Amino acid sequence: MATQLRVNGETLSVDAPPDTPLLWVLRDEIGLKGTKFGCGVAFCGACTVHVDGEPTRSCVLAIEALEGAEITTIEGLESPAGKAVQTAWRELDVVQCGYCQSGQIMSAVGLLAEIPKPTDADIDAAMSGNACRCATYVRIRAAIHRASEIMEA
Amino acid sequence: MTLQSNRRDFLKGTAAVGGALVVGFRANGAVAAGAAADLNPFVRIEPNGAVTVIIKHFEMGQGTTTGLATLVAEEMDADWESVGIDFAPADNTRYANLAFGAQGTGGSTAIPNSFMQYRKAGAAARELLSMAAAQEWGVPGDQITIAKGVIAAGDKTGSFADFVQAAAAITPSEEPVLKTLDQFTLIGQHQLPRQDSASKTDGTAIFAMDVEVEGMVYATLLKSPKFGGKLVSFDASAAFERPGFIEAKALANGSTVAVYASSTWEAIAARELITTEWDFAQAETRSTDEMIAYHQGLLDQPQFQARKGADQALTDEALAGAAEIVETSFLFPNLAHAPMEPLNCVIQPTGDGVLIHDGSQFPAITQPVVAATLGLPPEKVEIKTVFAGGSFGRRATPSSDYQFEAALAFEALGRTKPVKLIWTREDDIRGGYYRPMAAHRARIGFDAEGKIVGWDHRIAVKSILKGTAFESVLVHDGIDEVSVEGVHDTHYQIPALSVGLSDAEVGVPVLWWRSVGHTHTAYVMESLIDMAAEKAGADPVAYRLEMLSGGTDDQNRLSAVLKLAAEKAGWGEALPEGRARGVAVHKSFGTYVAEIAEVSVDGDGYVKLEKVTCAVDCGIAINPDVIKAQMEGGIGYGLGAVMRNQITFTEGEVDQFNFPDYEPLRITDMPQIDVHIVVNDIAPMGVGEPGTPPIGPALANAIYAATGKRVTQLPMSENGIDFV
Repeated sequence: MATQLRVNGETLSVDAPPDTPLLWVLRDEIGLKGTKFGCGVAFCGACTVHVDGEPTRSCVLAIEALEGAEITTIEGLESPAGKAVQTAWRELDVVQCGYCQSGQIMSAVGLLAEIPKPTDADIDAAMSGNACRCATYVRIRAAIHRASEIMEA
Repeated sequence: MTLQSNRRDFLKGTAAVGGALVVGFRANGAVAAGAAADLNPFVRIEPNGAVTVIIKHFEMGQGTTTGLATLVAEEMDADWESVGIDFAPADNTRYANLAFGAQGTGGSTAIPNSFMQYRKAGAAARELLSMAAAQEWGVPGDQITIAKGVIAAGDKTGSFADFVQAAAAITPSEEPVLKTLDQFTLIGQHQLPRQDSASKTDGTAIFAMDVEVEGMVYATLLKSPKFGGKLVSFDASAAFERPGFIEAKALANGSTVAVYASSTWEAIAARELITTEWDFAQAETRSTDEMIAYHQGLLDQPQFQARKGADQALTDEALAGAAEIVETSFLFPNLAHAPMEPLNCVIQPTGDGVLIHDGSQFPAITQPVVAATLGLPPEKVEIKTVFAGGSFGRRATPSSDYQFEAALAFEALGRTKPVKLIWTREDDIRGGYYRPMAAHRARIGFDAEGKIVGWDHRIAVKSILKGTAFESVLVHDGIDEVSVEGVHDTHYQIPALSVGLSDAEVGVPVLWWRSVGHTHTAYVMESLIDMAAEKAGADPVAYRLEMLSGGTDDQNRLSAVLKLAAEKAGWGEALPEGRARGVAVHKSFGTYVAEIAEVSVDGDGYVKLEKVTCAVDCGIAINPDVIKAQMEGGIGYGLGAVMRNQITFTEGEVDQFNFPDYEPLRITDMPQIDVHIVVNDIAPMGVGEPGTPPIGPALANAIYAATGKRVTQLPMSENGIDFV
């Protein structure tokens, strides 16, 4: 039942039932714990990773559909946009409990890769699927603008 | 940041082996340092000079790790870059919350109870390092200065690392000298980075959900769909379809089946294949409509008079003489806390006891609860506290509910294997321990000029505290303080006010939800005061100031935040068509917060909260940016709930399942928020909760100003308000 996955640039052979969601393979099989479980129904975004560069909810995505795809998790975030977002998040002290923030960051990086200078409306559209119960949204919005500045500099 | 793996390692790491300087207190509270066996460490200075602050509270995002580290670093004049944290082990005698007399976090007490204690530990460490430097350099102690971790005297300079070993051999004085407020360099600084920012932005922060130990099995639970139901039987034969399913066991509490598997997903998937039969004879089987009618019925005959010195007869008399009586009823639904991290913990055997990995809010309760469940002495239950993915009160159950379940699941496997207990989001939304349903009814008597002459206030709500370990502390003469806080002790000068309370008897487990009783009492009081202002033909801010003009400290501080918020929000200045403002001001947990909400209403009547201006007085602002963050977060948390959250029941079963039908606040709902902090030198109070109570009524008052609709039943979206 082995499935070949490309995760953070490495090819891994995973022995899990093919209907297993990517989230649980990342966490329980591969040991990448930065991607979080929040709802299991793709409604909170805590599990967001990049699949071929696109922010994707990993909690409802079976691994059988992913052979050949390039998967990036928070641990593999090396792009300029990724570094800029992490820097901005720290500059503005966005986090509170922090549990949703890997997902927030992956969504923000996806947005900036597509729209390097997003408007508030762009941010709302790209980030509205990522819930934060601590309501750090004011800072998330500000940090995305800040990351955009960092990338431009 | 490094985290020790258990208490033994913790003690090994914190004793003065390897040349570290350890400063803390003895069990009797005396300052101690060095390698004393009965020393409970609060600060450890490593041989390389790095400072580790031992955090007796847990971190759920409220900023406590940053706050307590600031107190120590301030008194030590440490370099913030070299300051880190460790969570303290479960030890009720040594790491008690001084506000509770037991180890735990809640009630926005972490900063107020730690303010002097952590500063004292930091000051003692500073004193020892200074004395060591003075001895080494042969200069008088008063010539030593320390700034940003650099120790200096004349032309001599050194680091903490240079004097750690010598300092560890010195006996500290009993009362180290604390800084005066004007000497603070870190406290009050706006640009002090949070302790937990780095690890929470690169995925390395460890939550209980991330803990894995050798040989661990994963367990989900099947529980009665109605609260109070008992397990009759279950059939797990179909679950063997899942390759990772191990077995299912009925737990000793008679109401739970544990489903064990080799991974989280297998435990979730296998659970779906198990059928159960329940006995609902003792279960709560009412629907929401019946519960509402029951609560409202209780208002007719209050059990308790909750206002000190009040007399229902005098209130009745005042109302009888009123020119007009306005009666208003309010209804608040049950609410789930829904922290982002679904509840979970790991329990593992240690040989003669167990170790629990948990975002532990109340070690003082979890330790004895798990010990009793497993027949162990409490000290054999070790707790390793890790980051908590939110709580909002949910982890602070007086029963340690999920840790108790983990202990049962561990016991059911013969105590042989580590067990990770995992709740799914559905378990969280449907699992009880909600903010209780609350009904209020106020009859306010006005004279011919619109002045209040009497106020008959009644509340019906299930007691959170009765039947718990907190009852003896917070229930007096039958009155649960948290049922009536914010009404019975109102700071408004209201004549002939009486506050009747009835305890609702409902089989739904209830719990404190960020700001507890104030979640409903502030909404009611601030809505009613707005209505009274209108009756008097007065401006809502001016009216409040008049009602708070008695000159008490509380009234003065409430007035000050109200004035500050009004000034910053441009209260009274004209707004464009379709916009309106609403105000609320409330004291909770010793902190004073005013909020002014500005809403827009579009041509189709859709409402949007555009902006909130917040003023807060929490005394000395230790970390202004954390305070600002807690106001932002407290506003957002309250906002989502008043807009659209409710837990409802059909014949005792919860109607909601997950975020799709318990929709959290989204970035698109979040207003602009401006926070202004009052500067003073009053002892600090907490900020985790006080930002939440005013937002509901500020929004409601703004909506009334914009639309003429007065929302008295929540959530707003189910009661006539459509949001953009």
